[in-house]
Amino acid sequence: MSEVYLNGKYLGQVEQGSQFTNRIREERRRAVMPGTTNVHYDEVLDAVYVESGNGRARRPLIIVKNGAPLFTDRHAKQLEKNEVSWNDLVEQGIIEYIDAAEEENCFVAYTPEELTPQHTHLEISPLAMLGITTSLVPFANFIQSARLAIGGKNQKQAIGLYTANYPQRMDMDVNILHYPQNPVVTTMTHELVGYEKHPHGQNAVIAIMCYKGYNMEDAIIVNQSSIQLGFGRSTYFRPAIAEELRYSGGLMDELGIPGKDVQGYKSERDYRHLEDDGIIYPEAKVKEEEVVIGKTSPPRFLSSMDEYSLASNVRRESSIALKHGEEGSVDFVLLTENEEGNKLVQVRIRDTRMPEIGDKFISRHGQKSVVGIIVPETDMPFTASGMTPDLIFSPHAIPSRMTVSHMLEFIGAKVGALAGRQIDATTFSAEPEEALRKELASLGFHETGTETMYNGITGERMQARIFIGNQYYLKLKHMVANRIQSRARGPVQLLTRQPTEGRAKEGGLRLGEMEKDTFVAHGASLLLKERFDSDKTIVPVCEQCGIIAIHDQIKEKRYCPICGDNVEVTDIEISYAFKLILDEFKSLGIYPKLILKTKY
Amino acid sequence: MHPELKEYEDKMPAKLLEELEEKCPASKLKRAAVKLYEEYCNSRIESGEAVGLVSAESIGEPGTQMTLDTFHFAGVHELNVTMGLPRLIEILDGRKEVSTPLMEVFLKNPYNKGKDLRELALQIKETLVGEVVAEYTTNIVDLQLEVHLKKDRVKELGLTSGAVGKSIEKAIKGIKLSNSGDTLEISMKNRDKHSLNELHKLKESIKEVYLQGIKGIKQALPVKRKEEFVIVTAGSNLKKILEMDFVDTERTTTNDIYEIAAVLGIEAARQAVIDEATKVMEMQGLDVDIRHLMLVADTMCVSGEVKGITRYGVVSEKASVLARASFETPIKHVINAALVGETDPLTSVVENVMLNQPVPIGTGLPGLISKEEPHGKKD
Repeated sequence: MSEVYLNGKYLGQVEQGSQFTNRIREERRRAVMPGTTNVHYDEVLDAVYVESGNGRARRPLIIVKNGAPLFTDRHAKQLEKNEVSWNDLVEQGIIEYIDAAEEENCFVAYTPEELTPQHTHLEISPLAMLGITTSLVPFANFIQSARLAIGGKNQKQAIGLYTANYPQRMDMDVNILHYPQNPVVTTMTHELVGYEKHPHGQNAVIAIMCYKGYNMEDAIIVNQSSIQLGFGRSTYFRPAIAEELRYSGGLMDELGIPGKDVQGYKSERDYRHLEDDGIIYPEAKVKEEEVVIGKTSPPRFLSSMDEYSLASNVRRESSIALKHGEEGSVDFVLLTENEEGNKLVQVRIRDTRMPEIGDKFISRHGQKSVVGIIVPETDMPFTASGMTPDLIFSPHAIPSRMTVSHMLEFIGAKVGALAGRQIDATTFSAEPEEALRKELASLGFHETGTETMYNGITGERMQARIFIGNQYYLKLKHMVANRIQSRARGPVQLLTRQPTEGRAKEGGLRLGEMEKDTFVAHGASLLLKERFDSDKTIVPVCEQCGIIAIHDQIKEKRYCPICGDNVEVTDIEISYAFKLILDEFKSLGIYPKLILKTKY
Repeated sequence: MHPELKEYEDKMPAKLLEELEEKCPASKLKRAAVKLYEEYCNSRIESGEAVGLVSAESIGEPGTQMTLDTFHFAGVHELNVTMGLPRLIEILDGRKEVSTPLMEVFLKNPYNKGKDLRELALQIKETLVGEVVAEYTTNIVDLQLEVHLKKDRVKELGLTSGAVGKSIEKAIKGIKLSNSGDTLEISMKNRDKHSLNELHKLKESIKEVYLQGIKGIKQALPVKRKEEFVIVTAGSNLKKILEMDFVDTERTTTNDIYEIAAVLGIEAARQAVIDEATKVMEMQGLDVDIRHLMLVADTMCVSGEVKGITRYGVVSEKASVLARASFETPIKHVINAALVGETDPLTSVVENVMLNQPVPIGTGLPGLISKEEPHGKKD
């Protein structure tokens, strides 16, 4: 007797678990049972698990009977002529969807050739075991699996033509590649997903060699004229958004150039791009901290006390300005209203990004690289025909990572570029390496893909032949322009007077607990003190009671709030954070008495 | 000692001098001694060096590379011992309960060659009545429990069924016990307590009755170590083991540091901390200088009892309120300090970092003292 579970709940028992399971499968194939049902028989537990709920990942397989697939050439022809559809095949019981549990009862063949009478299913294509991005990697059956996963993952971050109607859109933080190209070496997936309609990379000529050490540790050397000709050039878009919000009491925000009496008025220069309506004009060139949309808001707190004071009726400045480190041109101005009917202004800022030192590029094989130096074309190494590569890639990136596909793409793309055709590099069914090599030789090149090259600076011929070929290269969205940060002095936090944190706030880099320890371990006591001087303050202290005293600057008088005037008040240097903790002790009812004495 | 080395007698450790004398030919002894002294002076820690912090970093950094949860089999498959990071934390925290207590019992001469080895192991191991019982039968009519003993097992342990019965009678009060061969018939003395339920309870408590051996020793396995036999035990009871007359008391150890402190004293506990920590480090293939571990062991043991590097242990001993408050549970320390009116002399590192003062370490340690000459005295 086998137990039967439906969607994990115990249902009852049947005589023969395996027979019962087979019957369900037959009924499903005859479309008596719904096609979304899956059944799994566990021999060890002698239990049948029927699943019909949602949330199971399922994949289609061709059903095999007595060693022969039910899908025949006849079906293939019908499919080509559009006489049958995919759904028809599923309904006819030729193809079925299997979930992870039912797969345990299946014996799946990869290719029709390896079918035996024991097999229950046939893979539609071995490519189906890979996901979309993974199968976009050419020659993927010639690469270490970990690298393949990285290669697939990286392509998602590539800059390309993410949508064709981008001029009409207001997307936050997007990039468009200026001259996207189709890869010379493609896979079947490129065709299936319509990759040529939204490509994400460019075909570059790459030499694998060293160049003065500027490409060590995953760096690449970029030819300056390649950049000038448009390699890796992209545009960055970012909208600035402002709303005219309504507040209680009939008060509301006002778009417009803020008047000089507004609280928090920036400099006149910062508002110079604004037109009379307070909105910037298109194609204005804006730099950091300059205002894009001028706006004022009503005063924040309107308590009864403030109504009589003069300051209360002053409006607050709440303009939208470019953040620290940002710049660009105004691309598009959109005036509309939001769901509540409030006026809404969106201004799209555009910034052209040429590749610069530190920008990240990848090939499709999990080989990431960062621009190490940009070299004038005249200094790049050249081949006998006088051609210079676009990029120089380091040979040290290859052996430990075992990315063989990376080098197969070189040969494939070289052949494709010379013969003027696309190369099929679909996983498991790519054009064979040998054929590609032969074709390369017939095109008048060395079949290994190597060429004699000359030093661009001295003109000397290089002893070794250099492996040079083409490759599809992708620029990733991580660009230095968005990340670069430095600070010598700058804003501090209100509460602790320590430097702010984060790039947007022009913050500092924290010297944390463990970093502090290294200073102590070196005995660099005074250096450590200097590091932490960022929040140092001079505080007057009453010598008698040890409480922080008062220095009245107007009356030029120092006195203790407890002991009065006739006490000695001494200045001491402490961190503001310590002054803060003393205040907190006082608020707890703890009396922190500072006992002063001369240090030396 | 060689006359050439006499002058260094107080300047260098005796062990160094002995080694020098042993390895160096007498003719070169004088020159070698000069070099050695120079080398010795250079290798000493300078004053103002942050030894504690360097130790912490030197143990902590390799600690990040340690694999979590590694077990080590103590030469025998049946015994596994916690090693790696969990064990290191256990040692340094000064935990009272060791997760896998373990002893290495060395034996005196005739026994360490293998004499009576199995018998000795059995003698050490804690045996309970449950282990020698083959079957329990309950006589429902007379409300009597019949305990059938394993004949061979009892004999193997050098006991008789009478002795087993006596142990039970001694441990459990209010029962009537009669002995017939290998069967013990037990019933309740108190008539009121006569019930099946009580009998069942009785059965459970009989299982736990201590028969012989040393309490706490769950397992005892004879193992060959190089040329001799030792007994490795799971469970630890140092005091009782050392009382056995066949045990080599000089080498027998346990991995329970508190037990060592209680039986052998604090100096032994300090050595145990060093040994156990070194063992963990070596097992992971990490090279930590022993002096770092020695410093840690010293701090743990200075007070005369073993204290862990925790907020209840070593940290609570710190002189500075601010330093204590900066390490876990600040409110507790601040309030307690306020209650007794503590003064913080600001003599250590953390407090001075908090106040943004130079820390009294390295370059921050020396102060400059100058004597002010009265005016006009010089000419």
